[in-house]
Amino acid sequence: MAKADKAPEVNARQVFTKGLINENPIFRLVLGLCSSLAVSSSLIGALGMGVSVIFVLLLSNIVISLLRNFIPNTVRIPAYITVIAGFVSIVQMLLQAFANPIYELLGIYLPLIVVNCIILGRAEAFASKNTVGMAALDGLGMGVGYTIALLSIAFVRELLGAGTLFGFTIIPEAYTIKLFTMPTGGFLVVGFFMAVWNHLAEKKGKPRAGEDCNGCPMAGHCVSEFVRSQKEVEEDKA
Amino acid sequence: MSTHLFSILFIAILVENYVFVQFLGICPFLGVSKKLDTSIGMSFAVIFVMVLATAVTWPINHFILERYELTYLQTLVFILVIAALVQIVETFLRRFIPALYHALGIYLPLITTNCIVLGVVILNVQRQYSFAESIVNSLGGGIGFLLAMFMFTGIRSKLDESDIPHFFSGLPITLVAAGLAALSFHGFAGIAENLFK
Repeated sequence: MAKADKAPEVNARQVFTKGLINENPIFRLVLGLCSSLAVSSSLIGALGMGVSVIFVLLLSNIVISLLRNFIPNTVRIPAYITVIAGFVSIVQMLLQAFANPIYELLGIYLPLIVVNCIILGRAEAFASKNTVGMAALDGLGMGVGYTIALLSIAFVRELLGAGTLFGFTIIPEAYTIKLFTMPTGGFLVVGFFMAVWNHLAEKKGKPRAGEDCNGCPMAGHCVSEFVRSQKEVEEDKA
Repeated sequence: MSTHLFSILFIAILVENYVFVQFLGICPFLGVSKKLDTSIGMSFAVIFVMVLATAVTWPINHFILERYELTYLQTLVFILVIAALVQIVETFLRRFIPALYHALGIYLPLITTNCIVLGVVILNVQRQYSFAESIVNSLGGGIGFLLAMFMFTGIRSKLDESDIPHFFSGLPITLVAAGLAALSFHGFAGIAENLFK
């Protein structure tokens, strides 16, 4: 938040806050669904994942924004992936050294931050076109929005599934519904959350959450690529 | 030995289904599973790339990274190898095997940043699988993806005709349906335990 005070631009606050609600990565843009389903069965896991994503998103946005005039357009995606993978490796090593239980808990989903659409998507859609300060704010806002969404999913899943919050027992074990900590619970809770968000968005006259990963700028890129190559195929056949 | 490999294959397809149990490859699963031909094409491209990526990254990891104690570079090396591999395969197919390119090539650009490919490669390393085990695990993961896509294309075509509360239509109901489908995969967990162990 300290960064938000420093940036004097008029829309700096907007750049930061849009990631929280209006363009919330999970519920509005529908990005990074894989990891959010997988690590949200406990609040500890969700918090660990959220903090890791904030770290990677903030630093990769800053570095990519600094390099935006030096990276040739044709190799930008591999260049972004390299930067992101570098930071993900740093997070992996830090967690392994200082917070090993969380490292074990997150398992393969920690290295998979590399291919999380949120990070590559923000690099492509925002950091590569904006100044360093703005890119940092955008990264921070999106990361915090992702963490909030993840924590709210994990709150429901851990409370109903295990009867605990951050490991403290709230509901006696006899009354818990194991289903919610299982993969099924992840799909169900995210589905219900998304329905509520869609309902609220429509009340405010905003469009529903993107389907076909439309919200993901990367997916937009690959979908357009997909349509282009399909057209090519049809032309070849004709 | 062959029973062991078969158990890995069986577990990868059903018990640890990459989509429903491990949550890998959800984006293409939700995005492409609307039409049968695209979902099948995408699945075969995923199987192809997963097996190929495993075949390439396993020797790199085993003979270079582990031997020279560079394992901290795994994430970086794997994703770059996968990205380069997808690009090379696409160019190669377009140039030399146009028939296969028409069937699979158009899905390849979608796969580079797909977590299912990187996921299976990392899982193989974490579980310290041998080369054969890795290949079988990747193949099983790919077939599991195909199964999930195939199943879900049918479910979605039914969903389109159903009368769903307005705010649930689209993505939310698809996720709920996926949740119920995931429940059915829990049934296989016991089979694996009792059959192979």
